[in-house]
Amino acid sequence: MVADSEKIVLSGTQRQLTGSRRERLRSLAMIGLSASMVTSIILVASGLFLLLLTSSLSWLLGHVGTENATWSEKLYQLIFTGTELGYGVSAIFPAVLGTLALVILMTAFVAPLGVATALYLTEYARPTWYTKLIRISITNLAGVPAIIYGVFGLGFFVYGIGGQVDQLFFGDQLPNPTFGTPGLLWAALTMALLNLPVVIVAVTEGLDALPGDLREASVALGATHGETVFKAVLPAAMPSVFTGLILATARAAGEVAPLLLVGAVKFAPALPFSDRLPFIELEQKFMHVGFQLFDAVLFNRIGPGDVGWIASVALILVLLISILNLFAIAFRAVILGRQEPANPF
Amino acid sequence: MTEDVAVNEGRSEPEEGTRNSPAIKITDLSLGYRDNPEALIDISLAIPERSVTAIIGASGCGKSTLLRCLNRMNDLIDGVNYEGQILFGSENILSPRTNVTALRRQIGMVFQKPNPFPKSIFENVAYGLKLSGIKSRRIIEELVEQALRSAALWDEVKDRLDDSALKLSQGQQQRLVIARAIALEPKVLLLDEPASSLDPISTLRIEELIYELKHSLTIIIVTHNMQQAARVSDFTAFMNGGRLIEFGPTEDVFTFPKSRETEDYITGRYG
Repeated sequence: MVADSEKIVLSGTQRQLTGSRRERLRSLAMIGLSASMVTSIILVASGLFLLLLTSSLSWLLGHVGTENATWSEKLYQLIFTGTELGYGVSAIFPAVLGTLALVILMTAFVAPLGVATALYLTEYARPTWYTKLIRISITNLAGVPAIIYGVFGLGFFVYGIGGQVDQLFFGDQLPNPTFGTPGLLWAALTMALLNLPVVIVAVTEGLDALPGDLREASVALGATHGETVFKAVLPAAMPSVFTGLILATARAAGEVAPLLLVGAVKFAPALPFSDRLPFIELEQKFMHVGFQLFDAVLFNRIGPGDVGWIASVALILVLLISILNLFAIAFRAVILGRQEPANPF
Repeated sequence: MTEDVAVNEGRSEPEEGTRNSPAIKITDLSLGYRDNPEALIDISLAIPERSVTAIIGASGCGKSTLLRCLNRMNDLIDGVNYEGQILFGSENILSPRTNVTALRRQIGMVFQKPNPFPKSIFENVAYGLKLSGIKSRRIIEELVEQALRSAALWDEVKDRLDDSALKLSQGQQQRLVIARAIALEPKVLLLDEPASSLDPISTLRIEELIYELKHSLTIIIVTHNMQQAARVSDFTAFMNGGRLIEFGPTEDVFTFPKSRETEDYITGRYG
């Protein structure tokens, strides 16, 4: 009897030991896995970047076929005149401006809408099953293919709202559409819609992560619920708002599929910015670097000799997105620096 | 159920020898949560003005709940219902007509964990002032300095008011939070275990601060630490199971407890 019970005790301890050992092994494995994943992501990213860089440099500096322009001439033509060399791409400069205009407009739409929705869901709506369903649905919306948003934008914004606007305000110009045709405004709204779930999810997660006693602190100082939300909670969640906008910016600058339907073109008649109010040509079609790349690859006869200039366009797109992200990250770092002594990334 | 309640409110003289009129008078207060319908049962208690009253008792005895009734922080929780009366001046705190935000400016609160806003030291103290409608930057600056001096923090932070409050140590953060509360010049300050997350030296500084502050306002402190209650308070209330078991001058409660339950708890013979 005694021996039996001792045995049970022993095996119990043994099981505990093996259990903790297995856990330790598992956590080691997780660390190894995540470390190797991070390393491979960095390797792939830098490899991609190096590939783009080398092929674009070899095109700029080398001599392909009969052309004998210098690297600066090639660069100038690629950026400002485009097709003169016979490359199947129009000038990059107006496309960069078009991308910027799209990103700025998109941010102006998505930031207030996304933040307001996230605030409503976390700070105002009661946590019922219905609220939970909405939150899950928003998360799922982030995974809907971009082209679907393009189709929706064309039907809802361009023909739906745009058509109505034309009938109400630009009736004398019909049947030539003013707003009832793809343009910068509709593209920006479509992109805002595409990115809305991303921003909402990022901000909601930021709000959920705030300590509950932050709200108590504010209320105990005589703040109303609204004052607490807008003066204590939202400022504390600003870093997560910027995280959402960083993700949205990258997507708006890089996503091409919806733009095929709602406003990007190969040649725009004018730049998207003007000297007249509101300084941005809302109803005009615009150029976009991602679209340029898409168009160049799809509608040209491409051979191995073309990799160079295509890589250059791609490199410009990557740099543009990086610069936009750096701006947002810098903003977030400034805000975080005011909040706490933390790493901006 | 009330036979073992030995409340001797108002019958004894405070240590200073001057008899204090009640700052807050609680009458027959009962409170229930959705999953705990008897969180507070028939509590009657008069808290003397300009003194420190400690509420002691085991975890879950309702002492924090009682404290949170006084500035209506329990309103934040769904499904709370209460009955009874809490008189603050001539006003019943529990009345549905009470202006809760104005009440909370008069009855400040400090929580267990230091909870400064992720803003600058200055903005933390100015937060309540700005909400109360003070616009003048000069007046706000004056009041912030005054509050930080009262909280014995001014000398440590005067050169870095624009730094983030989260850069301060835990003890400094807790004094900042006290400064934030007293900047509004409340009549009553509620402290919910204010030193339980602090090291002994920071705790000592908080206790010294309590001793300074009680000359100008009424302090009610919930604490787990019996020595702390004995050190800082003039009056002590002992609670158990949602009831007030005993209330009186701290010396009496600790040396000649009237109730057996109090004696058991104080001498550590409790469950």
